[in-house]
Amino acid sequence: MAVLSSAVALSSSSLSKPKPSISSYRTSLFKYRALAIRRSSPPSISCTLTRDPTVQMEDDKETEIRVFQRPDSFGRFGKFGGKYVPETLMHALTELESAFHSLAVDEDFQKELDGILRDYVGRESPLYFAERLTDHYKRSNGKGPHIYLKREDLNHTGAHKINNAVAQALLAKRLGKKRIIAETGAGQHGVATATVCARFGLQCIIYMGAQDMERQSLNVFRMRLLGAEVRAVHSGTATLKDATSEAIRDWVTNVESTHYILGSVAGPHPYPMMVREFHAVIGKETRKQAMEKWGGKPDILVACVGGGSNAMGLFHEFVNDTDVRLIGVEAAGFGLDSGKHAATLTKGEVGVLHGAMSYLLQDDDGQIIEPHSISAGLDYPGVGPEHSFLKDIGRAEYYSVTDEEALEAFKRLSRLEGIIPALETSHALAYLEKLCPTLPNGAKLVLNCSGRGDKDVQTAIKYLEV
Amino acid sequence: MAAAAFKSSSFLLPSTKSHNRFLHSRAPISVACHRSLTPMASLNLTQTIGISETFSGLRKQGKVALIPYITAGDPDLSTTAEAMKVLDSCGSDIIELGVPYSDPLADGPVIQAAATRALARGTNFNTILSMLKEVLPQISCPVALFSYYNPILRRGIENFMSTIRDVGVHGLVVPDVPLEETKALREEALKNKIELVLLTTPTTPTERMKAIVEVAEGFVYLVSSVGVTGARASISTKVESLLQDIKQATTKPVAVGFGISKPEHVQLVAGWGADGVIVGSAMVKILGAAKSSEEVLKDLEIFTRSLKAALP
Repeated sequence: MAVLSSAVALSSSSLSKPKPSISSYRTSLFKYRALAIRRSSPPSISCTLTRDPTVQMEDDKETEIRVFQRPDSFGRFGKFGGKYVPETLMHALTELESAFHSLAVDEDFQKELDGILRDYVGRESPLYFAERLTDHYKRSNGKGPHIYLKREDLNHTGAHKINNAVAQALLAKRLGKKRIIAETGAGQHGVATATVCARFGLQCIIYMGAQDMERQSLNVFRMRLLGAEVRAVHSGTATLKDATSEAIRDWVTNVESTHYILGSVAGPHPYPMMVREFHAVIGKETRKQAMEKWGGKPDILVACVGGGSNAMGLFHEFVNDTDVRLIGVEAAGFGLDSGKHAATLTKGEVGVLHGAMSYLLQDDDGQIIEPHSISAGLDYPGVGPEHSFLKDIGRAEYYSVTDEEALEAFKRLSRLEGIIPALETSHALAYLEKLCPTLPNGAKLVLNCSGRGDKDVQTAIKYLEV
Repeated sequence: MAAAAFKSSSFLLPSTKSHNRFLHSRAPISVACHRSLTPMASLNLTQTIGISETFSGLRKQGKVALIPYITAGDPDLSTTAEAMKVLDSCGSDIIELGVPYSDPLADGPVIQAAATRALARGTNFNTILSMLKEVLPQISCPVALFSYYNPILRRGIENFMSTIRDVGVHGLVVPDVPLEETKALREEALKNKIELVLLTTPTTPTERMKAIVEVAEGFVYLVSSVGVTGARASISTKVESLLQDIKQATTKPVAVGFGISKPEHVQLVAGWGADGVIVGSAMVKILGAAKSSEEVLKDLEIFTRSLKAALP
């Protein structure tokens, strides 16, 4: 932990320097130390500290492999992750994992995927300098961070979700599976899945909590328009967690003919790894665009976290760059002490849900507690296992904002930039209120503008007076 | 009748104060049933034999185990307690008791709904334990708990195992923990003499099945079909060859479950060489019917006897 905290100290001190990139060589030494810690739990401080820097340098070549090997062969990120599923699914998960690994090095597949991401999804998505938002956070002396938005909201279907959906649909095609199922909360992942199924001519069944179907009726119509069958889930609390359980049950039953397009970096291995890799394009583009725009890396990355796919997609590329701060923002609903929130990493306890070990909202008996958030996409009692891991090793920071703060940010971005953000994204935006005053002048902040807010206007109308 | 009388006398045992919270004695039910296999079994009281021993005993007699499953707390814990006594006295060889969970991934609609009802009524692990503490000394067949992993983790694996051992539970089935994740569970189970039952399914490759049966305790749970729990119209004939495969790999007893709901089904599966049959959703459906406790227990008795009659 000593190494980590010094790494963190170094990264924050690098922020106060005019050119953070200068420190990048020095931090690269820490990068491998941090990795060494991650690989052994609990952290073995002494042996890590005494390792010779030259030895660290030799590890350089192995970095790529190591990064790829997070998670380990059984899908664990430290103690998190794994495959906690009924035995019936074990074979399918193994099959899926080997398909994923072989496609990762399959040039035809990559070429096809890249083509679709470019011509159909509309990548790359711009890295947009939010000038008026930046001005808004300038202090009285005119100093403050520079805020950039990674415009995933400009993707086809209006959110980052399509990156994963399109890749998994291609994968399903390769596996010879013609029936696709998915769960959805806000409906964004459902719409993305229905979209790619239409595009590839696959049968599509979307499980959605009956309560969410009411909240997001527009997206229900979209999915049906795209030819998907939307199945209402009434069991449990009729929200995202129940829709996920129902999708898993469908998969258990139809595993031989069906591929399950899981929509977040959650669920059993290989999903957290696979979904992360399919969204990693967000971070890769960000690195390239940052280099083009200011010749360096971002200093701070900010993203909202429900299951955590958009955050993982942005973070992954930079996890080993310990001079880049990673900040995830969860939904505090009515407030952290209200008992009605979805701040899993902030308030949860370690447990197993939907196939993975991670932080969860649960009671003393291990029963899952129903979360609350104004944003249906964040309204989930679990979180991707890699986020739990990044939190525990201190690599990423997680905070939360309330429904009210998110609504304010929803309005603020609409007014300042002419961009109506999704309510999910509004959580990340709301955290800028607390974060920006603490940042040094000129710090480069990239916020993942994960989705557009058109789908949320029905909800917002009830709360906002404009 | 002697057994029934003896059971009543167990009420005088210096057990607990909360006695009548669960046990409203309903005499008419136990009268009708007669346990032919071990008429004096209740004399054993706390010395009920374990799961694998039960199977060895049955095997010697050329019999197949009847293993009913019910969800604890549906419609309420006092009915669960009575139902366990009914099942015991009607010839069940092992009872599988489901611990209700908020997100039962491996269960179909019937057991899901039962779990939701049980939780809504305030059933929790402690109330289930209190109920078991009172009921287990009164029944002769061993009991295995069926629990999802998170409630076990929450309590701590070590603590969970010793607690269920203390109330007299013999076995444990955890449907969402595959072989690779069972190490900690197996160690603690072994320490506490809890037989950890592992599942194998039609999608499990043969090599993997062999690894599973190797470490399974109590019995091997063969899932009859690809899917979640719940009654099916028919049983896949694939079960016969799956049974043969398992029998080639192990001498451990094999019980078949998921989808088995009728006397014809249990007869068929027994004929294919299963050592036991597990009937769940059909039992849970009877207990969850909108009738009085007396009526559902009567129905349960009739159904259990019809299954027992269909088995060798």
